[in-house]
Amino acid sequence: MMTSAATLTASRRGHYGLREIVASEWTKLRSVRSTVWTLLITVVAGIGISALITSATASRWADRSPADQASFDPTRSSLAGLLFAQLAVGVLAVLVVSAEYSTGTIRATLAAVPRRPLVLVAKVVVFGALVLVTGELTSFAAFAIGQRVLSGHTPTASLSDPDAVRAVVSGGLYLTALGLLGLGLAAIVRHTAAAISIFVGVLFILPVITAVLPSSLADDVSRFLPAAIGTVMISAHHHDANAFGPWPSFALLAGYAAAALVAGGILLTRRDA
Amino acid sequence: MQADMSIAIGRVISRGGHHGLRLLAGLLIIVAIGAVVVLLLRAARRRRGRPPADRSPQPQPPPPTVPQPQAQPTVPRVSGPRPDGETISIRSLSKHYGAKVAVDELTFDVLPGRVTGFLGPNGAGKSTTMRVITGLDAPTAGTATVNGRRYHDLSWPLREVGALLEARAIHPGRSAHAHLWMLAQTNDIPRRRVDEVLGVVGLSDVAHQRAGQFSLGMGQRLGIAAALLGDPGVLLFDEPVNGLDTDGIRWVRQLLRELADEGRTVLVSSHLMNEMAMTADHVVVIARGRLVADLPTSDFTAQYTRSAVRVRSRHLDRLVPVLTAAGASTRPGADGAVTVSGLDPEEVGELACRESIALSELSPQTATLEEAFVESTESALEFRGSRPLAGAAPGSALSDREPS
Repeated sequence: MMTSAATLTASRRGHYGLREIVASEWTKLRSVRSTVWTLLITVVAGIGISALITSATASRWADRSPADQASFDPTRSSLAGLLFAQLAVGVLAVLVVSAEYSTGTIRATLAAVPRRPLVLVAKVVVFGALVLVTGELTSFAAFAIGQRVLSGHTPTASLSDPDAVRAVVSGGLYLTALGLLGLGLAAIVRHTAAAISIFVGVLFILPVITAVLPSSLADDVSRFLPAAIGTVMISAHHHDANAFGPWPSFALLAGYAAAALVAGGILLTRRDA
Repeated sequence: MQADMSIAIGRVISRGGHHGLRLLAGLLIIVAIGAVVVLLLRAARRRRGRPPADRSPQPQPPPPTVPQPQAQPTVPRVSGPRPDGETISIRSLSKHYGAKVAVDELTFDVLPGRVTGFLGPNGAGKSTTMRVITGLDAPTAGTATVNGRRYHDLSWPLREVGALLEARAIHPGRSAHAHLWMLAQTNDIPRRRVDEVLGVVGLSDVAHQRAGQFSLGMGQRLGIAAALLGDPGVLLFDEPVNGLDTDGIRWVRQLLRELADEGRTVLVSSHLMNEMAMTADHVVVIARGRLVADLPTSDFTAQYTRSAVRVRSRHLDRLVPVLTAAGASTRPGADGAVTVSGLDPEEVGELACRESIALSELSPQTATLEEAFVESTESALEFRGSRPLAGAAPGSALSDREPS
């Protein structure tokens, strides 16, 4: 009968490892449409909404008070679209984990890779790299287009300003760290709708709740919120005295993501699949 | 910041000087929001585990394009050493889900070179046992090992153990080929092997279609392909014929036979005894998580299908004491006949002749295998009657058995 010359044994090394699982996760990500969709929305929303906001600013510049004009941050204005793009990144992050549970693929995955933390690490590597590249591209493009739109109407920023470079690079870093937080959340709750709800709640509902707190308390709390962190990270000028600086903010967000991923990894190992 | 943005957008939309800009703004926002909603809906649909095509009330017949698997199931061999069938050892295995005991002190071995049928009513613990063997569920107590090693410790799990645990455990948006390829990559299995196993199960022609359109039978075949992917020496199939048509069932039977004949270890679960009798060389029967029987299929058949003799006579009142005295047990039937067990028809006839009793009927009765199976699991439940499970009426474990 059909005898294959394929030698399963030839390439066999000691043990499966991260290299194999990363390749597998990359195949998984490439082979479903939601990846393309969410990344497309990330790019379109990130660049498009930034362009909108900057052109609105440019056209209404004369209406602004001198104080408003003085505090205007052209970098932040051109990166504001990222704060919409983050939703799409969050949806992709959640689906990377929760779609495996909702479809039952997780059983096949974990039977193939019984050392379960490897699966989560591979997802972090593949998803993180993909979102980092997409996020940085979006951030740089949004900045370039935004500055062009503003130019001639308002003050503009350029990449010769180290603060502007820091903010633009941070745009991609912010999306990546936030996405990894979403990935960790999904690993903990395992359900798409629940994970997306929590993700959206943390981003958009927590600031609203914080806003109704007494202002002394609100000032203390709000700087810990991912939404505030995002704003700080994409700003070239640091004017909010209550907020953490850009790098401490990023460290905080990365810490949240790491905590969620570690918790998700422990639960992944402990729970029955 | 967000207030900033909404004010800016609001300005554009409400009194924007540029009409084009206003339009663009509206459009972009609608597209972005629409896309997020679409994604959420798709995700929610997936969560319910059903692709849109599957929503019709009746199971659809497979599309006409579905090719049949090769008439002779031949799993392409790979060069190099033949995969060793290794022994699966289950030792005092227990698995509790909260207060529910799914598997209770189970001990048995599955040996290479034969098809072992794993039988029990639905809910008996077959799937749980298989999930523990493949490391998906952690045992509450006891061990399940393959050739002495825990599944967790296998170097290349898919090359040593292949498992079909549930049908259609695949992302509906992913193709069969991509599904198998991503599994193959985890265990460094060459890409060519994906095409081979797709050919074996007859899915080559639909390999690049989205799996959401697959029928249950096609999903089942894809699961079998995944089990064969690593050319493993140990194979587990949980209810492999579910959803298959007659041809598909015959094909699976041949496949199992061939895999066992090649020296592999094959464990196949089913809740249908007759199905297993045609396939399995050996059966392991469990009920309520406990071992009921572990013996060759022929022995199981002989042991549990006690032969009986149906006897009809005008003088049963005289005959029955004679038969009882000879060691038989009798049971009056509804139609005036008596079912005699413990004696064969010849002996019954000779006893009747000696007593000069005319018989109007003397016919051997053989219980079907299905009856034997039900009897064996029922007696196991009676045996455990002293340990009632919470809220369970006697025999209720059997009540959910699917009609066969």
